[in-house]
Amino acid sequence: MAMTDQAPGKMGISDEVAIEIRNMNKWYGTFHVLRDIDLTVQRGERIVICGPSGSGKSTLIRCINALEEHQKGTITVDGTLLSSDLKNIDTIRSEVGMCFQHFNLFPHLTILENCTLAPIWVRKIPKREAEETAMHFLKKVKIPEQADKYPGQLSGGQQQRVAIARSLCMRPRIMLFDEPTSALDPEMIKEVLDTMIELAEEGMTMLCVTHEMGFARQVANRVIFMDAGQIVEQNEPEEFFNNPKSDRTKLFLSQILGH
Amino acid sequence: MSDTHAQSVAFVRETELPPAPPPVTETGAIKWVRENLFSGWFNTLLTVVAFYFVARILFFVFPWFFNGVWDAASIRECRDVLGGATGACFAVLVDRWDHLLFGFKYPPDGYWRIVVAFILLLGAAAPALFSKLPRRLLLFTALYPFVAYWLIWGGSLWLPMTILGIIIATGLVFRAVSSQIPVNMRQMVAAAIGMICGVGLSYLLFIGAKELVFIANSIGTASLGTSFAYGVFWLLAIFTFVFFIPMGMFVGYAIYNSYEDGGLVSVVTALLFIYAALVYLLAPIASGLNAVIPIELQAVASRDLGGFMLNMILGTVCVSLSLPLGIVLALGRQSNMPLIKGVCVVFIEFIRGVPLITLLFVANVMLAYFMPPESNFDLILRVIIMITMFSAAYIAEVIRGGLAALPKGQYEAADSLGLDYARSMRLIILPQALKISIPGIVNVAVGLFKDTTLVSIISMFDLVGMIRGPIQNSTEWISVYWEVYGFGAMLFFIVCYSISQYSQWLERQLQTDHR
Repeated sequence: MAMTDQAPGKMGISDEVAIEIRNMNKWYGTFHVLRDIDLTVQRGERIVICGPSGSGKSTLIRCINALEEHQKGTITVDGTLLSSDLKNIDTIRSEVGMCFQHFNLFPHLTILENCTLAPIWVRKIPKREAEETAMHFLKKVKIPEQADKYPGQLSGGQQQRVAIARSLCMRPRIMLFDEPTSALDPEMIKEVLDTMIELAEEGMTMLCVTHEMGFARQVANRVIFMDAGQIVEQNEPEEFFNNPKSDRTKLFLSQILGH
Repeated sequence: MSDTHAQSVAFVRETELPPAPPPVTETGAIKWVRENLFSGWFNTLLTVVAFYFVARILFFVFPWFFNGVWDAASIRECRDVLGGATGACFAVLVDRWDHLLFGFKYPPDGYWRIVVAFILLLGAAAPALFSKLPRRLLLFTALYPFVAYWLIWGGSLWLPMTILGIIIATGLVFRAVSSQIPVNMRQMVAAAIGMICGVGLSYLLFIGAKELVFIANSIGTASLGTSFAYGVFWLLAIFTFVFFIPMGMFVGYAIYNSYEDGGLVSVVTALLFIYAALVYLLAPIASGLNAVIPIELQAVASRDLGGFMLNMILGTVCVSLSLPLGIVLALGRQSNMPLIKGVCVVFIEFIRGVPLITLLFVANVMLAYFMPPESNFDLILRVIIMITMFSAAYIAEVIRGGLAALPKGQYEAADSLGLDYARSMRLIILPQALKISIPGIVNVAVGLFKDTTLVSIISMFDLVGMIRGPIQNSTEWISVYWEVYGFGAMLFFIVCYSISQYSQWLERQLQTDHR
């Protein structure tokens, strides 16, 4: 931890703790998916989580907003301890935005309705105001002109940007990204990454599961490598890519950077 | 052009020739016939054979239809008029027109009431079916059942209006009060409702046990059987009181903890309140109002309505009731709570496993055994309940298919935005699942509408019941088959085909990709 704190380029990170995970364990039946995860995320940190498939990285961030249940240990989000109480879970979910690999936009609603639905029904914001906020964020992800279309009429990259805007409309304090570019054509990856970079520059607390190592180098202030349900190594990006400590990390990096 | 070439070339055509018409064999009807009917020896053979059969049928049907006799008092008169030639006897339709539509016991001077109710039905259904119409018209749709009930079965207008008033008043009171009730109060209400349900359940079992004794007594004098029945009766009675009442409290409290976000306790309390108000307040208020301002239509016993309108009423009522019930059952079957899931699974599997005709017999005969002796439960109401349960079980399975077809990501996206269960179902999951389920739901609805003719077997005089009973058994119209059944088939086809066309139109309306 100390190392990340003194590293350069860490503006906007406060001492305030956004997420604290202590000794978290999760099983799928008898399969031990996550083992003794300890992780503290400061407000404003941008964290990239990488690792081979099946290493539990998606499961980890899905535990943070209780899409998956953990069996042991504690997760504290924004000072609220995650419990099995439904109200508590809904409160945390409304503070934590999430983007999925397959966008998961609501196909029966227009882009604008996708973005205003949660603010209207969860935050109880008047419709007019919610629409203004939605247009603001749609402008930010550079697709305001698509507001009245349906998700099925948009390209993958556009859909993912709408998904980001939809999450932002809830004004979350933390954003989780679960492989946001893995389902996209190579040409569309850039437009989504640009949106994410912009978001990072504004100081949003972000946890990204991604294999975009260029993105990790550019915006992350910490890279976490996971394997077999454990955090194997975490470090600031320069150190992580140039000087990996464990053999497993070296192998992984050689495989994804080598071609 | 022509100027430049005038000296060097003898002739240059300045305009394009109009295209020559293609040979006759390559255009229009002839080409179509050649390509589609006579393209090879096998197709030619098929065409000839098909033409032969179509011609045979038409040569039979056309004279039968166009020779039809429309004006006669009996089948014998028809035959006299025809004098041995082929011809239909449509006079039966003219003669028994009212009976076919309204049944033979409905007072003729009240036919206009059914007609008005039917026309109003079209108006009431429209805003529910077409979302482009102003939403305010739904108010009329909500009002319609009460008006239609009064029009068709008559009696005092104040009866349905008081029911409506009680429902509205309860809704308003709960809207104003429910959010102000403190949490521990709600918990107590939840437990109390559970307890009431427990008492109700044990009362039902109690009656069941008493029935057992009654049956044992009536079967024979075997004292062993009787005393065994008494033993079972007392065991059941003790068991139900000891077990179901605390169980009810516990379950009520548990349901409170899991579902209170959807305001379940408030809803159930409201329903109980409505029920109590209907039982204790309805009759005095309605008769009081009627004494002051009498607005009455001649009362008609519910069994006196028949004919196609009975099919229409059963069909519309059961479809519109079984859709919401089916949705609840489908969601219940997906629930994480073992109790709710169990109840829904047992209900669906039991009802689906039993033929509708059995349920109708139960409604007709058996249900009376399980009711308190003084209760006077209308037969049409019993039939409506049975058909509704039957089709709700099917619709529930269709909707479950729709729910299962949705990608898991839709549930996760709704969850991740902080929507609670009720809202994510209402706003995200159900609109999509129902859209997927439209063909299946329509399939069930059409089937249900046709199944309403089964009530003829428990001696209700719907369209088929009318034909089979009073019409074919009358001396005038004995052995009239094709005309009446053909007419019945036509009526059902018109309605079912309209339903099918509407559903296809709706599917096109709801399409949101690549418009």
